[in-house]
Amino acid sequence: MNTDKNNIENMPDLSVEIGGVRLQNPVMTASGTFGSGMEYSDFVDLSKLGAVVTKGVSAVPWEGNPTPRVAETPSGMLNAIGLQNPGVEVFCERDLAFLSNYRTKAAADAVGDGPRVIVNVCGHTVEEYLEVVERLSDEPVDLLEINVSCPNVKAGAIQFGQNADSLMDVTQRIKRIAKQPVIMKLTPNVTDIAEMARAAEAGGADAVSLINTLLGMKIDVERRTFVLANRTGGLSGPAIRPVAVRMVYQAAQAVKIPVIGMGGIGSAEDALEFILAGATAVAVGCMTFHEPATAVSVIDGMKDYMIRHGIERISDLTGAVR
Amino acid sequence: MTETAIRKQKMRAEVLRHETLAPGIRSLELRVPELPSAARPGQFVGVYTGDGAMLLPRPISICDSGDEKELRLVYRVAGKGTAEIAGLKAGEETQILGILGNGYPVEELKNKRVLLLGGGIGIPPMLLLAKQLSALNSGEEKDQSPVITVLGYRDAQMFLREEFEKYAQVFIATEDGSVGTKGNVLTAVKQEGIRADAICACGPMPMLRAVKAYAAQEGIACYISLEERMACGVGACLGCVAKTTREDEHSHVKNTRICTEGPVFNAKYVDI
Repeated sequence: MNTDKNNIENMPDLSVEIGGVRLQNPVMTASGTFGSGMEYSDFVDLSKLGAVVTKGVSAVPWEGNPTPRVAETPSGMLNAIGLQNPGVEVFCERDLAFLSNYRTKAAADAVGDGPRVIVNVCGHTVEEYLEVVERLSDEPVDLLEINVSCPNVKAGAIQFGQNADSLMDVTQRIKRIAKQPVIMKLTPNVTDIAEMARAAEAGGADAVSLINTLLGMKIDVERRTFVLANRTGGLSGPAIRPVAVRMVYQAAQAVKIPVIGMGGIGSAEDALEFILAGATAVAVGCMTFHEPATAVSVIDGMKDYMIRHGIERISDLTGAVR
Repeated sequence: MTETAIRKQKMRAEVLRHETLAPGIRSLELRVPELPSAARPGQFVGVYTGDGAMLLPRPISICDSGDEKELRLVYRVAGKGTAEIAGLKAGEETQILGILGNGYPVEELKNKRVLLLGGGIGIPPMLLLAKQLSALNSGEEKDQSPVITVLGYRDAQMFLREEFEKYAQVFIATEDGSVGTKGNVLTAVKQEGIRADAICACGPMPMLRAVKAYAAQEGIACYISLEERMACGVGACLGCVAKTTREDEHSHVKNTRICTEGPVFNAKYVDI
């Protein structure tokens, strides 16, 4: 009995598998909240993360929306960045180069597998998504996350994620050319999340991640204007967590592929809610803005939880609440 | 400007003093044991509120930096977050994220006749700048290259004025004309016939636009500090961007991150 407990204390197994790729632990960063890792490398030892999910990348540079782009709301925030990014070429030369250096270093230091690199892909048209996916074929990228759920750009993105037929179609077309496993990132701004998860699975997705932000609005009553220049924005943070847990549960019930859960995760307990609801892995998003080291403390807290409860493998907890 | 690699971190800060300087204007002196370096004028920190439902740190410029472990922040109580911060008492602790942003190019301004323009809550960061510029230019150089400051207030409810007088020649402009020149900082510059080799400015956007135009017309260097609603404060979220006149080196579009490439910009390169 004692020996068993010691074994778990030494190494509870936090590793998980998504699309055949092993992650050293189930904690990743949510796209758009962590740049490409560089910006937070002062605060966080990136080599400890399960994966770094990059800011959305498009075929050519995107300007994004006018400011104000962000607004705080109770236990959350609205954003309407509009997927500003330097385009896939600069991204490969600069951001991917940075991240792969980090992986090499992590491997050399023998601290585990190092963080997996997941690139979030966005586009206005299916062709634009395909261009980025193709460009990334031979780059040091472990998984692709396809953003069909950003509420802040006028064309593309969410249009593909709010209709089951188009979601299945875009998934199929991406899967046909993608060299890396494909995660479809789903929007909560739909009537039936299970239907969308099934459409992604039917299209051949290797996993789904959810939830992207909930469409919201904030009004400045003194000035009698919208706070965000874009008028609407995506709500994130602990305010949306119960909605996210519910949707992850429904999606996990509907599909066999792994579900990556996110929405206001700030602690190991929050992350475990998602895992118990059916998530294989989780992502920390806007709480990084509150506490830059959140993702690492979530990993540490999960380890403590597993030791405390005598759980050998984190994957044993996935969907344990039914 | 030399890019010094300063480690950013979230740090514990002890409140040494916290007082009201003018209606709605608070001065917060902090001791920050883990402060990684001395602050440069124009840099800022993110101050957390004690309320967990307010997730984001409030960006507040650094007004003064005593020794390497002390910071003074002078801020306006503008909303719920700063109202919460305003309740901090001496001896209590808070948390800050810092040190953030680039700051004014102090070295480039050495031995130049520098004009500092501060409007309203844009005044505080100018104090550390005046202090450092005054220390750089000593002896004869000081007489030839004085630091000149024009402070713009709404009315006679002024703050920090006496402290500027220790380091700089000070002119005052008030909107209601109760003290100094009636009008804004540029009205005072023109009325007093102030000449300079370079301008450093911080204040509301209409003032910065006018200062940028004035500097362009006079053909002198001009550095302005911009503000915008921020989330992460470290360049990750791309929430606080300013339009640029040329493609930004980081973003590869005509947007630059105020929290990281700024908040201080050469006025020529921002489209405000």
